[in-house]
Amino acid sequence: MIVTLQVNGRSHAVEVAGWESLLWVLRERLGLRGAKDACLQGECGACSVVFDGELVCSCLVMAADAEGAEVTTVEGLGDAGGLHPVQQAFVDEGAVQCGYCTPGLAVATAHLLETHPDASLDELREALAGNLCRCTGYGAVLRAAVAAQRGGAEEAAP
Amino acid sequence: MHIERPRDLAEALAGFDSHPRATPLAGGTDLMVEVNLSHLRPETVVALRRVSELQTWDDRFVGAGVTYARLQAGPFPALAELARTVGSPQIRAAGTLGGNLGTASPAGDALPFLAALDAEVVVASHGGERTLRWDAFLVGPKRTALRPGELIVGVRLPDHIPARQAFGKVGVRQAMVIATVNCCVVRDEEGATRVAMGAVGPTVLRARAAEQLVSSTSRPSPSMLEEFQRLVSDEVVPITDHRATERYRRHAAGVLARRTLERCLAP
Ligand SMILES: Cc1cc2nc3c(=O)[nH]c(=O)nc-3n(C[C@H](O)[C@H](O)[C@H](O)COP(=O)(O)OP(=O)(O)OC[C@H]3O[C@@H](n4cnc5c(N)ncnc54)[C@H](O)[C@@H]3O)c2cc1C
Ligand code: FES
Ligand code: FES
Repeated sequence: MIVTLQVNGRSHAVEVAGWESLLWVLRERLGLRGAKDACLQGECGACSVVFDGELVCSCLVMAADAEGAEVTTVEGLGDAGGLHPVQQAFVDEGAVQCGYCTPGLAVATAHLLETHPDASLDELREALAGNLCRCTGYGAVLRAAVAAQRGGAEEAAP
Repeated sequence: MHIERPRDLAEALAGFDSHPRATPLAGGTDLMVEVNLSHLRPETVVALRRVSELQTWDDRFVGAGVTYARLQAGPFPALAELARTVGSPQIRAAGTLGGNLGTASPAGDALPFLAALDAEVVVASHGGERTLRWDAFLVGPKRTALRPGELIVGVRLPDHIPARQAFGKVGVRQAMVIATVNCCVVRDEEGATRVAMGAVGPTVLRARAAEQLVSSTSRPSPSMLEEFQRLVSDEVVPITDHRATERYRRHAAGVLARRTLERCLAP
């Protein structure tokens, strides 16, 4: 069947099979390999995307049910002008080791800072609890999140 | 695979008319795991997230399509509390109350709240609506009284909902964990107490002897709380599985129920 959806602001009409997840469609049909397939069980968050305004695991979204949806993946965070402030903060703080978790964490962090710009450190921790990282121990990730948050606050200040 | 994406309940139920064996899909957080593992290849799916009636709620009714993220901000303290313990933000943004009932896992975190309040499950088919109390709906591990072609519309709560209510969960860590034991306690101003325990039996169950013990008094003594804990441990019927042993669950159930009751008793 054909499913029409918007990904990172661009409209796509894709042929999908019944068993396919949104993650599969993004990676295998649209060539967007940012979101990772790691567990396919909702446990790791490496496949996190923003789906109609909500942060979800794209491995748990049935592609056939994504008709009409608006999706943002890590590829949609930055623009021609450069990296998204969250991505830049991940680079600056060394929050990336093997990088497998990074696209999901970047999307989750950007989404959180957009919806809760004043999140406390505890709220940041809770908000990122669905994104597992085997390498960094999360310290650098949280420092990056806080740095991006401060940067955003400074930009917003008059 | 064929998919229907109805916008209202009538359309959803009509979808089942033409496809009586269709699989309902809500947030997909249980169903898609099965699909990804190739345990399930539904032929027809009725996707419910656009059905407006399932999204509604008020102070006596919660629609099946209400997500944990919404319940977290809702008016029922224990329901908000349990919603916060489910999975991760990603799971809570997608997973629904109706899906928890549909899966009917013995460890489902929303189920003790429903059992403690003697909530009713409203189900509908093209033929009409029926209402089943939680214990008539949940008939076994991963088994419900739902008939083919029937949808869960939502949950009806009683007229009187005690303000004192609490949820507790034991697991191996704070986030992203299926309960080893979970528990909901509600207690009204007269002291009438209800205690529902999950993951310690084929379905969520009520610890009725323990309820009776503490319902008769306005302030249970320390020795009565000890006895309460012992009664809960006696009443549950856990099994040993990969998460915990039967013995651990029995002990943890008593301790958790007692601590959850103590939170309801706090001034
Ligand atoms: C990583 C992860 C963590 C999790 N953590 C928890 C946890 O902490 N606690 C917990 O309780 N659960 C947990 N779950 C399980 C799951 O999120 C919940 O059971 C959730 O409530 C399922 O809701 P859903 O909308 O995603 O259901 P779906 O997956 O869409 O559906 C589940 C089942 O219910 C049926 N169904 C759904 N809606 C209806 C309806 N309206 N009428 C009839 N049938 C219906 C479907 O056909 C299917 O059989 C977790 C799952 C994952 C993947
Ligand atoms: S791949 Fe989706 S959560 Fe792990
Ligand atoms: S950097 Fe390797 S998993 Fe996070």
